Amino acid sequence: MNNNLIEITGMTKIYGMDEAAVSALAGVDVDVSRGEFVAIMGHSGSGKSTLMNILGCLDRPTEGAYLLDGRDVEQMSKDELAEIRNEKLGFIFQSFNLLPRLSALSNVMLPMLYNSEDINDADAESRAIASLEAVGLGERLHHRPNQLSGGQQQRVAIARALVNKPPLILADEPTGNLDSKSSVEIMDILHGLHKNGATIVMVTHEPDIASHAERIICVKDGLILSDGRNGVSPCLAQRI
Amino acid sequence: MKLRKIFRTAWEGLMLNKVRSFLTTLGVIIGVASVIVMLAVSAGAEASIAEQINALGANLIIVSPMRGIPGAGRTLLIDDAYAIAEQVVGISGISAEQSPAAQNVRADGVTLESIPVIGTTADFSSVRDYAVAEGRYFTADEDDRKAKVVILGSGIATDLFGTERAIGQTITVDSTKLTVIGVMEAKGLVADVDYDGRVYLPISLVFQKFMTASPMGTDAVRTIYLKSESQEQIDSVIAQTTAILAARHDVDPAKPDFTVQTQQDIIATQEATTAAFRDLLAWVAGISLLVGGIGIMNIMLVSVTERTREIGLRQALGARASTVLMQFLIEAIILSLAGGLVGVIIGVGSSYLFDMFGTMRTEIVPMSIPLAFGAATIVGIFFGYYPATQAAKLDPIEALRRE
Ligand SMILES: Nc1ncnc2c1ncn2[C@@H]1O[C@H](COP(=O)(O)OP(=O)(O)OP(=O)(O)O)[C@@H](O)[C@H]1O
Ligand SMILES: [Mg+2]
Repeated sequence: MNNNLIEITGMTKIYGMDEAAVSALAGVDVDVSRGEFVAIMGHSGSGKSTLMNILGCLDRPTEGAYLLDGRDVEQMSKDELAEIRNEKLGFIFQSFNLLPRLSALSNVMLPMLYNSEDINDADAESRAIASLEAVGLGERLHHRPNQLSGGQQQRVAIARALVNKPPLILADEPTGNLDSKSSVEIMDILHGLHKNGATIVMVTHEPDIASHAERIICVKDGLILSDGRNGVSPCLAQRI
Repeated sequence: MKLRKIFRTAWEGLMLNKVRSFLTTLGVIIGVASVIVMLAVSAGAEASIAEQINALGANLIIVSPMRGIPGAGRTLLIDDAYAIAEQVVGISGISAEQSPAAQNVRADGVTLESIPVIGTTADFSSVRDYAVAEGRYFTADEDDRKAKVVILGSGIATDLFGTERAIGQTITVDSTKLTVIGVMEAKGLVADVDYDGRVYLPISLVFQKFMTASPMGTDAVRTIYLKSESQEQIDSVIAQTTAILAARHDVDPAKPDFTVQTQQDIIATQEATTAAFRDLLAWVAGISLLVGGIGIMNIMLVSVTERTREIGLRQALGARASTVLMQFLIEAIILSLAGGLVGVIIGVGSSYLFDMFGTMRTEIVPMSIPLAFGAATIVGIFFGYYPATQAAKLDPIEALRRE
């Protein structure tokens, strides 16, 4: 097993058929090694979310190979994909995607409902509490999402993404709905996770958010325009 | 994911919307309750008919005019009864009965209006297993002589004389003065017939005093009751009676103008009628259960649509399609089982209350409880399956994108 957590080669994604066909990815090669913090930037419609959905095993590419943690995702059944999402991946969405009628604690406990090993209720609860404490919400366990600020809601979502200790965190515009102060808090948390060894792939439009990452991939029209170290991406200059 | 967790998730899903969950089960509640109540009502009706007929007495054979033929009121005559009494072997008694219009009964300034008068022959009390509590019944001789005697139902005795002794008193029925020689035992209401609220007279006296103006005439009887000496002789008594009456009436025994039946025959006929009624009720109840199931399917489909995003999220977090399917299927089953349980409680409870407050005679059919409950479960699985597959079929990205 090499050190690459993600290996993508020749990936294309075409939505629709014939005349209405849209090519969202037009042949993408990316490797992400363990412990990297990668930002993906690009214009709206350039294919960032499409790429994230495939990385997140929520969608399958039209063509191309995807090895996640050395395993060929193309060969997996739907149930195996569900298991991968549960155990290997943590999702952070732009719109948080918390269940509005559940408390913060219950929201964070959700992924543990679906683990292949049966986690008992007490363990699940203490793990969820630990996860919420890690994002600084130890005092807000029983608040519902509508009783929390946007930044706090996103922290609950991060706690949920962390609770199964996945090796890969995928965040599609995690600060897209937040003010700058909350954005900084979220980025601090992601930094902390990165320091502790998590691999993070994050989509963002904001250069100052992207500059937190050690590597920036710039996407345009379904192709990778540039892929390099912080500070030298053309996407940063274009302020997208 | 363990079944226990799926079950809990389903339960929490329902509890988050209690009012809707309750309204969803309402159809099943009504369906199950009506299955139980309707079966209890028809079982009660059957039981009261059987009771009424059994109350006539044991080893009883009932001879009546054939209904629905011309002159039916006058096909059976008092002389037929005498002929049967004389010729049929194996009977221990015979009671011919006729009931004229109700009459006013007076004694000592008390007047009771519209009291049923029953004319009988002397064996009435023994044939009908209906004992005299005080005094005696009249004799065959008194019947022949048109003796002016009367036996009172226990209620009439109390109404006329209170605690005073009735025997030996004189009462007036219409304008005929009669001596009270007996009071019957209290029998109460047997399937709507108030035995205690009637007076019993010799049938020959009834013909003379109360039937002269009637189109039935002064020699026709309404019913002849025969008491067989034993269970074994019933068939022979029926055969002899049929032969004698057919000869006397000059009719083909295969096409008689009368019927000779045992209590069991009558019960069986009545049951056939109530069975048709019961089947109809069961269908109506079954259909309401079906409608309840459609209600569940309807609400579950709405719920799947409303919760599309939730389903997408759960899938993103690792829920398998089969887990989503189970969650929604279990929600539907919980709803219908809860509906079934409440329906059983309401059905049994209201059947019991109807009976207690005398609205309707009901008898809860024990089988109807597992039946209704089982039907509710099947309804839940059947109508919950389709919405559950709709939920499981959702594509996680599509579902997450939905507002
Ligand atoms: N389900 C779909 N069906 C058809 N076309 C789609 C679908 N999803 C995305 N597309 C198209 O694919 C292209 C890439 O979309 P994608 O969502 O990946 O863009 P993006 O880079 O995430 O944009 P944004 O920054 O606005 O989120 C777009 O042209 C979009 O219209
Ligand atoms: Mg996007």
